Amino acid sequence: MFKVRVIPCLDVKDGRVVKGVNFVDLRDAGDPVEAAIAYDAAGADELCFLDITASHENRGTILDVVRRTAEACFMPLTVGGGVRTVDDIRALLQSGADKVSINTAAVNNRQFVAEAAEKFGNQCIVVAIDAKRVSGPGTAAADAPDAWEIFTHGGRKPTGIDAVLFAKEVVALGAGEILLTSMDRDGTRSGFDIPLTRAIADAVPVPVIASGGVGGLDHLVAGIRDGHATAVLAASIFHFGEFTIREAKAHMAAAGLPMRLDP
Amino acid sequence: MTVAIIDYGSGNLHSAAKAFERAARESGHDQPIVVTRDPEAVRTADRVVLPGVGAFADCRRGLDAVTGMVDALEETVRQRGRPFLGICVGMQLMAERGREYEVVDGLGWIAGEVDRITPADPTLKIPHMGWNTLEAIEPHPLLDGIPTGPDGLHAYFVHSYHLKAANPADLVAQADYGGPVTAIVSHGTAVGTQFHPEKSQRLGLKLIANFLRWAP
Repeated sequence: MFKVRVIPCLDVKDGRVVKGVNFVDLRDAGDPVEAAIAYDAAGADELCFLDITASHENRGTILDVVRRTAEACFMPLTVGGGVRTVDDIRALLQSGADKVSINTAAVNNRQFVAEAAEKFGNQCIVVAIDAKRVSGPGTAAADAPDAWEIFTHGGRKPTGIDAVLFAKEVVALGAGEILLTSMDRDGTRSGFDIPLTRAIADAVPVPVIASGGVGGLDHLVAGIRDGHATAVLAASIFHFGEFTIREAKAHMAAAGLPMRLDP
Repeated sequence: MTVAIIDYGSGNLHSAAKAFERAARESGHDQPIVVTRDPEAVRTADRVVLPGVGAFADCRRGLDAVTGMVDALEETVRQRGRPFLGICVGMQLMAERGREYEVVDGLGWIAGEVDRITPADPTLKIPHMGWNTLEAIEPHPLLDGIPTGPDGLHAYFVHSYHLKAANPADLVAQADYGGPVTAIVSHGTAVGTQFHPEKSQRLGLKLIANFLRWAP
């Protein structure tokens, strides 16, 4: 039976995990590879690295992290952050990433998605969408229908692009998966934006990973059951030891979701 | 004793090689793993692995672009009977032909074609991307000691097409994704997995170890 995926995401800056990972006694809580090995052993279904290295000179640090992770973890690995060219993608895939996620570069130039999918296959091209609600409940246009807009630069820069239409467009161009983050919910611990997740998951034929806002295990269940996502991504609830991956998966299984609970 | 993993420009082979090295070491069947695009290295290898990611036609062209490689494969696997493992599109290439974007000939080692998966449930997403259990159809040494069925271990799949084997005897295992999806095929000394053993944690390492000691 096909299973729902639980994906921990590590923010990596200059080759180090931002804020560290405290869920288990690691020799070096800032080493992304050690964290990856621990998540692999804990039953994560996939792993995601988001590279937030700012300076150009240190961009290569992520490649070494990916290479060392791929040598030690035999599980799928997605890497995103600062991916702008076909050469960026090639370097990540050759280092051992299975999928590469494209964010701003896809917003700026949608043909980049087509070019990437054509070169490397759509199974390895993930488009990361950061969206904010612009109309519907909780906005100035509360009576208008639900709508979400794409934001870039960590949610600071509006683009005027409708998130659902953009998702359909990049999938038509070859994106094999959508990593959807609600910028309204990110960091709030109040749960995924379910109407947003459902609007996009129902609009595209490819898998959607729900992200942004997880504060408890019921949120993970809701992302799949109500948001129609096929995978859920979370960071802080796992990194700070609040819940283990196994607890999360056991909770989701108890809620009736199909989970991989291999020993 | 060497294992040749064929490098024909299709995807990263670093992690595949590392998974084979780990499985070889842990299973006590330690043997050199070489990543190569030299047909001669394939001819002298004791086992051959053909990976592959992307589209069928691209992979076929990539394989053809390595001068002498298809001949070396035919000779080593088909004539001399060396154990062969195809992975993902490497497995699909064992078919007679593929129908992804365009109709292109495969190696023709398994009767049947590679066609789009069409789940009966329209809410199921394509690609079939994630973890699924296996249903064993025919016993095979590659599945020795691997729990299959609904409570069995999981394999990691990423694909939109699959090999529809014309001869039921060639089908070793399938997965369920709104209908049967081909997971393992085998004919003679050649076996292929649609899923990625090098990404399938416990099941994957066990299956690779089984391949390394398989003596068909």
